[in-house]
Amino acid sequence: MQRRRSLPDVLAGGVFAVIGGAFVVGSLGYDRGTPLRMGPGYFPLLVGAIVTVLGLAILVKGLVAGSDLPFDAVSWRAVALITVAVVFFGVFVRVLGFVPTSFVTALLTAFASRRVRPLTALAVAAGLTVAATLVFIVGLQLRLPLWGW
Amino acid sequence: MDLFDNLVLGLSTALLLENVLYCFVGVLLGTAVGVLPGIGPTATVAMLLPITFSFEPVTALIMLAGIYYGAQYGGSTTAILINLPGESSAAVTALDGHEMARRGRAGPALAAAAIGSFVAGTVATVVLAVAAPPLAEVALRFGPADYFALVLFGLIVSITLARGSPLKALAMIALGILLGTIGQDIYTGTPRFVLGRRELYGGIDFVSLAVGMFGIAEILRNLEHERDRPALLGQVAGLWPTREDRRRIVGPILRGTGLGAALGVLPGGGHVLASFTSYAVEKRVSKRRSEFGHGAIEGVAGPESANNAAAQTSFIPLLTLGLPAHPVMALMVGAFIVHGITPGPDVINDEPELVWGLIASMWIGNVLLVLLNLPLIGMWVRLLRVPYQVLFPMIVLFAVIGTYSLGFNEYDVYAIAFFGLLGYVLIKCGCEPAPLLLGFVLGPLLEENLRRALIISRGDPTVFLSRPISAALLLLTGAALIAIALPAIRRRRETVFTEDD
Repeated sequence: MQRRRSLPDVLAGGVFAVIGGAFVVGSLGYDRGTPLRMGPGYFPLLVGAIVTVLGLAILVKGLVAGSDLPFDAVSWRAVALITVAVVFFGVFVRVLGFVPTSFVTALLTAFASRRVRPLTALAVAAGLTVAATLVFIVGLQLRLPLWGW
Repeated sequence: MDLFDNLVLGLSTALLLENVLYCFVGVLLGTAVGVLPGIGPTATVAMLLPITFSFEPVTALIMLAGIYYGAQYGGSTTAILINLPGESSAAVTALDGHEMARRGRAGPALAAAAIGSFVAGTVATVVLAVAAPPLAEVALRFGPADYFALVLFGLIVSITLARGSPLKALAMIALGILLGTIGQDIYTGTPRFVLGRRELYGGIDFVSLAVGMFGIAEILRNLEHERDRPALLGQVAGLWPTREDRRRIVGPILRGTGLGAALGVLPGGGHVLASFTSYAVEKRVSKRRSEFGHGAIEGVAGPESANNAAAQTSFIPLLTLGLPAHPVMALMVGAFIVHGITPGPDVINDEPELVWGLIASMWIGNVLLVLLNLPLIGMWVRLLRVPYQVLFPMIVLFAVIGTYSLGFNEYDVYAIAFFGLLGYVLIKCGCEPAPLLLGFVLGPLLEENLRRALIISRGDPTVFLSRPISAALLLLTGAALIAIALPAIRRRRETVFTEDD
């Protein structure tokens, strides 16, 4: 059989193995109990081990006989901007208030597209902020300060 | 005349002005997200779930259900007009539907899809009404061991229907179950995997998970290569099918409805399987086999009926067993719980207005959908001109605000970012997100029933084999696992799903 290495398979297997392994290590710290009265650690240990084993199986299979999936170039700009935009909202909504936080989140997100023009992004962000305020604050009566200062 | 009484009760609930209104809002939104490529019903329902918390439970469920089956309608419009399936189940519709549009017959294709969907939706709603009560009756006799076996069975069967590598789908399910263990342990109250954060004691919110995996990850995928949408095909003229067309779609609609109603009950993507199967069947029985792929109206009517029938009957496991067959159903389980209703076989007896109101509303929703989709087709065509650069910031912003409003907990928002990135990496590596969400929702049920069954049996593991229901289900689960592993069946599965990619 021809050896076909597959980056997506190895990567997916690695992610499963690492997360599964982390849960296995974590669940060792909880009481395992007995099969009769399972403690809080029993079930996560079992499932964590299954995830780890499946992850390793996918990884090994990816090294020997991987599937040929297309792996398109990542848009790092989109990944970075959208992650920052989402986290920004969580951190600042209470500090800055609803309107400025929504605006910045929408603006950062709009710039995730490589083809957006700055003026368009500003217009989209402003429009969405108004829409969000109408829907969530006026319509749904969400109790959040509009402005933080 | 139980059925009759139930339907009267359901209609009297569903016809309340408020419920009709929100049913309309639901199918309207559903059609919109079905039409728009890049946003699906799962992300939409996740985003709107917080909004529905202030509604009456039945109103909330009617609207959420409307989004789900409305999206099946809308998906076909995009598939026919721009050869881009707005929804995965509409991929088959694009084959012949778009060919018809290229030949200037977009009108009849859209009409065949709408008529087929309406007939299928109506019939499947009756199937749902007839099948639900006896199934719930059976389910009431289930003990913890049986429930454990049933959930396990559902999860494994959902893999056999999913696309892509079964090994990865299995890993996604297990990962979902694992993520579901975060938070306080139900029996001892021990906080698990909370990293010392009080905010995580309640576990990860499934809205964050769904919005991240289905909303954010999908946007990141779409932003990899930004292309212009394929051009729209001229104007839609001459909606009404010719007499010849009408004669040709009767058989496919009826066969598609039957197939869809049966396959929709299966967990995990029954509606996708139904539309593919229906296409294959129509191609086989047709006397004009050579026309398929070149604009055969049977290839539109059959699959569209099948996926719509399946969308209705996939409510059967949810309403009778409390088990979700689709990620949208998983979110609806959340909607039940938020309103203080535990989904399961008791619901149909304890909350008859809710169950029958929901079922009756589906028929009303189907009528509204035909009205929305045929005369107003021009509006949906215009909606396709909304640029993605406006759409995706809106999805992100509304998702973030909606999730935050659930509990004013900023960790729910951070979780969106985390699951968006995790989902992006995994989807890019060929893992489907749906099994993970099903595992996440069903995982706690699995653990609870496993532990409870063992406590009741005093730690005797043979309880799973000595109870007939549980033993039969576990046997079927084993058979399904073997079937996935067998190369011959795997090849057949691949041929069924290759056209989808």
